[in-house]
Amino acid sequence: MSSQLIFFILAALSIMSALFVVFSKNPIYSVIWLIVCFFSIAGHYIMLNAQFLAIVHIIVYAGAIMVLMLFTVMLLNLNKATEPHKPLLYKLAAMVSGGLMLLVLLASMRSTQLGEYASPAYTESGFVQNVGMVLFTEFLLPFEMTSVLFIAAMIGAVVLAKKEVH
Amino acid sequence: MSIILFKAILVVLLFLISLGIAAYSTYAERKVAAFLQDRIGPDRAGPFGLLQPIADGVKMFLKEEIIPTMSDKFLFILGPSVFMVTTLMVSAVIPWGMPLEFGGETYALQVADINIGILYVLGVVSLGVYGIMIGGWASNNKYALLGAIRASSQMISYELAMGMSVVAILLMTNGSLSINNIVEAQGTGKLYGFINVSGMNWNVFYQPVAFLIFLICAFAEANRTPFDLPESESELIGGFHTEYSSMKLGLYLFGEYINMFISSAIIACLFFGGYNFPGIDYLGTILPHNMVSIISVLVMFGKIFFFIFLFMWVRWTIPRFRYDQLMRLGWQILMPIAIVNVLLTAAAITLFGN
Repeated sequence: MSSQLIFFILAALSIMSALFVVFSKNPIYSVIWLIVCFFSIAGHYIMLNAQFLAIVHIIVYAGAIMVLMLFTVMLLNLNKATEPHKPLLYKLAAMVSGGLMLLVLLASMRSTQLGEYASPAYTESGFVQNVGMVLFTEFLLPFEMTSVLFIAAMIGAVVLAKKEVH
Repeated sequence: MSIILFKAILVVLLFLISLGIAAYSTYAERKVAAFLQDRIGPDRAGPFGLLQPIADGVKMFLKEEIIPTMSDKFLFILGPSVFMVTTLMVSAVIPWGMPLEFGGETYALQVADINIGILYVLGVVSLGVYGIMIGGWASNNKYALLGAIRASSQMISYELAMGMSVVAILLMTNGSLSINNIVEAQGTGKLYGFINVSGMNWNVFYQPVAFLIFLICAFAEANRTPFDLPESESELIGGFHTEYSSMKLGLYLFGEYINMFISSAIIACLFFGGYNFPGIDYLGTILPHNMVSIISVLVMFGKIFFFIFLFMWVRWTIPRFRYDQLMRLGWQILMPIAIVNVLLTAAAITLFGN
């Protein structure tokens, strides 16, 4: 099977699953389609020979974040009967912001020039060793800053959770 | 024989072996339980009760299939399927023995030697929770949902300590993530630099702490006692599979035993030298290569069976944790120890070399 065929299957799968995320009536199904979408994106990473990125994508997004998401949706027990009717103002605000988004997208699309398609050469830059080398030499400062950011988020979450007790 | 055909045969063989071992694990579990409790155990079906798993399987298939009316039918069926698929997927990256040689070509006894092997294992293990969560929620039953929530929070908590304990092992093998490299590294070199027994340079002699942490986390990930809170039958009536019947329940129970088998294989590979055994080099000089390969496969399975026995031994010895104890053990004891272990290992390697 040529890699082009695999790419088209993966691309169709990611777009379809992304559409299902939006159009599913049941939030649980939305979450499950999002997991499928993440898997097809991980497939794209593997096609680009970025194995490390692919597996980290699965571990972090599909394995941890989506579990928490599913958790929340399951516990909230959302269904159509209890969903409140949204006031007209909300609908209007959503429409205006959606329209603005469309405008921005259109404006940016108009000015872009489509480049020639260059077939990606075989590269090993996505392997663990190479990613690690780059991450800990060239991009050390941004990398450490992200971890500081994560610690800040973690402490923030603990502080917010502790407040409820008193 | 083309390499693709060989891999296909290997995949089918692994599938059958996993199912066979899972089936006979149920028998072994009862026999071990009987032995530890001074009973006889199953002995009616066939000699020594050896046909018991087959009888159980037939019973499972013939039972009435009940899908609760208020459940989400698609997800109800998807749950056990996802659970089974994820448990079977891990076996792809495990090296089961030394490579075989036919007509000058070598055939590795491993389905895929990918250079992110151990990350693949952690990734697939973290997906196993979906089978439980989807099944537990789709049952539309409070007990099932509680069991599913317990299972997922437990698995997320223990994955971290598990990953941390593996990092120490990765430092030992120059940061290679391929399980094949980790196993090969344990077959070369002298133990502690002076005990010259070939194939004995196992990681467990250098990393006993990491091994203990990994073992505890493997128990938690496989939902085995003392961490079987997701299914604790006395409080949750079986937990996430309360509503399941017939072969769908069978898939959940089977998946647990396959999990046990795969965890044992991973423990053997990471800490106990995989297919390496003392004197493997000497045997290579007096026996043909393929013979040694077959012996190495048998040794690997011997190690796996020992750890499966350990799983059962612990199950019938130690009582279940309370939920807060479980969380405290995972986050406040195992995590810090694992991090300190990684730092100490890194410091030792920097100071003394390998």
